[in-house]
Amino acid sequence: MTMPRPPARSLAVALALAATGALFAAGGLDPAQILKPLGDSWPTYSGDYSGRRYSTLAEINQSNVKRLGLAWASRLVAGPGPAVPPPAPPFGPRPSVTVVGGVGDNDFVGGTVVKGGVLAVNGVLYVTAPDNVWALDAQDGRELWHFYWRTRGGTHIGNRGAAMWGNYLFFVTPDDYLISLDARTGQERWHKEIAPFSQQYFLTSAPVVVGNHVIVGTGNDLDSPGYLMAFDPETGEQQWRWYAVPMNPGDPGLETWKNLDAARNGGGHPWLPGSYDPETRLYIFGTGNPTPAYTSVARGDGDNLFTCAIVAVHVDTGKMAWYFQTSPHDTHDWDSAQTPILVDGTINGKPRKLVVTASRNGYYFTLDRLTGERLVTSKFSDTANWADGLNEKGQPRRIPAKDHHVAGALVSSNNGGATNWPPQAFSPETGLLYVPSAEAYAMYYLTETDPRGAMGLGGKDEVGIATMGSYITAIDYKTGKTAWRHRFQTAAGNAGRAPGLLVTAGKLLFGGDVSGNFFAMDPANGSLLWHARIGNVSNAPQTYRVGGKQHVLVASGDTLYAFALY
Amino acid sequence: MIACAAVTRSSALGLSLACLWTLGAALAAQQPAAPPDGGRGRIGGAGIGAYPVRPPGDPAALERGTALYKINCAFCHGQDTRGGDGGPSLLRSAIVLADQNGELIGPVIEQGRGAMPKFAFKPDQVADLAVFLHSFRVAGYDLSRQKPATILVGNAKAGEAYFNEACVSCHSVSGDLRGIATRIADERVLQQSWLMPGSMTGRGAPPPARARPPTVTVTEPGKPPVTGSLGRVDDFVVSLTTADGEYRSFRITPRTKVEVSDPLGPHKDLLRKYTDADIHNVTAFLTTLK
Repeated sequence: MTMPRPPARSLAVALALAATGALFAAGGLDPAQILKPLGDSWPTYSGDYSGRRYSTLAEINQSNVKRLGLAWASRLVAGPGPAVPPPAPPFGPRPSVTVVGGVGDNDFVGGTVVKGGVLAVNGVLYVTAPDNVWALDAQDGRELWHFYWRTRGGTHIGNRGAAMWGNYLFFVTPDDYLISLDARTGQERWHKEIAPFSQQYFLTSAPVVVGNHVIVGTGNDLDSPGYLMAFDPETGEQQWRWYAVPMNPGDPGLETWKNLDAARNGGGHPWLPGSYDPETRLYIFGTGNPTPAYTSVARGDGDNLFTCAIVAVHVDTGKMAWYFQTSPHDTHDWDSAQTPILVDGTINGKPRKLVVTASRNGYYFTLDRLTGERLVTSKFSDTANWADGLNEKGQPRRIPAKDHHVAGALVSSNNGGATNWPPQAFSPETGLLYVPSAEAYAMYYLTETDPRGAMGLGGKDEVGIATMGSYITAIDYKTGKTAWRHRFQTAAGNAGRAPGLLVTAGKLLFGGDVSGNFFAMDPANGSLLWHARIGNVSNAPQTYRVGGKQHVLVASGDTLYAFALY
Repeated sequence: MIACAAVTRSSALGLSLACLWTLGAALAAQQPAAPPDGGRGRIGGAGIGAYPVRPPGDPAALERGTALYKINCAFCHGQDTRGGDGGPSLLRSAIVLADQNGELIGPVIEQGRGAMPKFAFKPDQVADLAVFLHSFRVAGYDLSRQKPATILVGNAKAGEAYFNEACVSCHSVSGDLRGIATRIADERVLQQSWLMPGSMTGRGAPPPARARPPTVTVTEPGKPPVTGSLGRVDDFVVSLTTADGEYRSFRITPRTKVEVSDPLGPHKDLLRKYTDADIHNVTAFLTTLK
């Protein structure tokens, strides 16, 4: 008998700790940095864990914003790059080379649109589009490296960004891989299929790093169950999985479905990043629509838990602490997946830990984030006509006649919803939640009369009628009342939904309108203070400081623009 | 209809056929999966086309698999595999979606599952069944199979009354709407076109009825007003084309007056007032204006 070996577990822990210390000592991002108030860096999808998109940077403020000008623009070129790398120039830096990975042999050719968060860590920006990650110098936007993933296919609708742990980057692909890269070189560390491609899953979310968890959710349009997963940042091993729908006999919520088969095919995909409360260690996020989305007969008459809900899970176990459903038995594909925002506020004179969200269905909610207790519901959409009030739980009460009709049902909102994924922002100074929102009508025609209904998004034709207006809506979290609303001027019938928002301690609300203008508003009242026409803003603006200067960063399609004061 | 599930393959062709015909959908309504269009190597955006389409199976195997399915499976899972009395849809089943040649569905068939009994198929029969199960188009944007024959459900008389109250200040059946149902034969296009002209375009629809474009009058301080057809307007700039065909654009300041006249304004205002029955009735009335 030789020396007794230490228990494998403690050895593993010791090794992990040693590795962790070495990692963070060697640079990269210590997850503890994400716990700090949002300032010089932007280390996670929403900037910090609260989801507020409120930056403490105030170098750019109301007194000087008129002088804000372009610092740099950087156009991102997707794809595998040239087959033969260009020769190194006689002087100056060597051009960046694309690292090509992937298990498929397809190239997405739909155009590059940045629709996600850009990480800003240690003077480097990490930006994504489906199948692509770029690292840029935050000072001038020069490309450092580019990683390209050759795809098997999958819905290439967007990518919401990367996450970082030490020197590791994480992002997901439409063909269902979680990929880890070395942030210094763009070289692949590993890739794991984390949802079955055969069931037509696709992944778009930005992962979120909390401690030693990499958290990410699924997307799917084919009646497959949604789930949120956590992975080990070192190895990619799955740590836990939380299903948005009941998967086994006896699971909670099963009574809200027609039967187990309906529940297991019930969707609820958490396709956007959530927020995180370090005090309670709860990860709080939204779930997507139930499926089949429109012909809901196969789901039974119940609420279809836990779809279209705000959900809190323990970050170390994935066990659900509470939920609140914002759309019981949704029938319009109006996800509640929008990133919820954590607010420390006051309700009826008492300090409360809150979570707030404006939902795609046109209703606003304030919840207690410790318990999920609903405190406020309000309707922020003027035109939403699918519900006739609130039930005893404070949820909108759906009008079944407004689901759809063979001859058409006139419904507001349209499928896009009163709001959607473009991030909302919250300022602790004004106590207002800022929501990109739209008022639109569409006719919903039932096209499938088979009593079994359709699969996925089938069974109906939605034909748009008119957009009544495109807005930034500012909502008071205490009352749910609209404090102010800015309606963008547009030519008739030509108004989409505004992109996401950023609010800063410089008393500036940054966003894009529906006519290609990037603007700054006064968050107190919506007055426009500055603008530049750069083309339609495609993500939410962000801010960071590098070289002693505050930059405001925003994407329009395949180009990043950074603004600063000079 | 769980009783049907106990019928074995050998015993009761007649009974299983009887069960089969209690289901609504006809197999003929299903289209086998179409071959992928376009070359491989390049994919489009969302939805259809994003996922690989299974190559068509051997026609003889498909024929054998179809017959086996109809006799043994359809009475629970539906003739079109979309589910029926007792059996779930196989079309969206995780096992069927992951299966290639029967290797995953085989064990389920052999061992049974829940209320599903065992079936004693030979391996080549399982492979034939797999060819049949994989012959369907599977996509989240599910194509409708039983489309309603008409969208006309309204009462033309009630529609006429509504029209006379809400629409006659701008429109007349002997004037602009004369023969509208002949000009726009498709009932849904007609409905969309009167609700909001131009709201139904593309997808094989006939050219929509177009309303006059909005006009705009811009008045800058100390200058005469300029009127023209509206090009674009946002919070900062408005542009127009004058009657002479001249393009003008103006920076909007707090002292700039911008007045947009949208001929479709009343149509938008009415959206807040209609009931769905009003809409269906007016459409029924307008289809009488041949």
